[in-house]
Amino acid sequence: MSAQDVVFVLIAIATGGAALTTVTSKNLVHAALFLAVTLTGIGGVFFVLAADFVALVQLVVYVGAIAVLFLFGLMLTRAPIGREALDSQNRAMGIGISVVLFGVLVTLILQSGSEFAAEASTVGGGGVADIGLAIFSAWVFPFEVASMLLLGALIGAIVLSRRETGESGEETPITAIDVGDPGFEDQPELTTTGRQP
Amino acid sequence: MSPLGPLILAAFLFCVGVYGIIARRNAVLVLMSVELMLNAVNINLVAFNNITHQGDPLVSGQVFALFVIAIAAAEVGVGLAIVLNMFRNRASIDVDDVDLMRW
Repeated sequence: MSAQDVVFVLIAIATGGAALTTVTSKNLVHAALFLAVTLTGIGGVFFVLAADFVALVQLVVYVGAIAVLFLFGLMLTRAPIGREALDSQNRAMGIGISVVLFGVLVTLILQSGSEFAAEASTVGGGGVADIGLAIFSAWVFPFEVASMLLLGALIGAIVLSRRETGESGEETPITAIDVGDPGFEDQPELTTTGRQP
Repeated sequence: MSPLGPLILAAFLFCVGVYGIIARRNAVLVLMSVELMLNAVNINLVAFNNITHQGDPLVSGQVFALFVIAIAAAEVGVGLAIVLNMFRNRASIDVDDVDLMRW
């Protein structure tokens, strides 16, 4: 067992534990933070596999952007705490399905493991220069499609999350949601700028 | 280094993601579980590229891992926008409550 394998096993245990905590945590913010730990661990796995560039992209995009986006999503929505509020009635079914799926997958992986036994003991291949050459020669069409997809997702997210506004320059009243707050009925109609309409 | 370790780790993370999608009620947590599953696939892609197909001039595994990361970022952006809309309209992001189109 080489040092590489030891490092991989340590990172894998940490990553798997953080992933389990992500889906079982009773606190939403803890779940988001453990998701960040999981994503960092996966970046570490990429480093062990000698995929430096993918590992750095993983750290920048996932840990830097997506984890923060999740935290914002949790902040902007009502976040109940507790197992009853977070887990549905399907827990037993979920455990059953995922355990059976894991068993099937591991059996298949171990069955095909004999084919991998003769493989090279080193990892590597695909430095940053190779990735750049490959993306901008062979994979340039998928690259452009991905850029169009990102543009579409950008516009879609803006359209979905902007408030309905009336005439340009005029704010429409905030859509009030009756969540049972005391005194909700007594308040005058609010506008986004806080003045009377 | 044998590819078995990364493959088993990826299978484990994928199954944890499946459990999260089935068992969680909060829509943001369901999105997190989707992210876990996408990352598991990324580990497989990179492991196969860097262990069993080292001489590949197209670097297919790593390039596709990068594409998957880009698509996952787009998916999270749109998904969270949908969740915010859902919260604004119904004051709840419980996926069990959103059954308007259920048969």
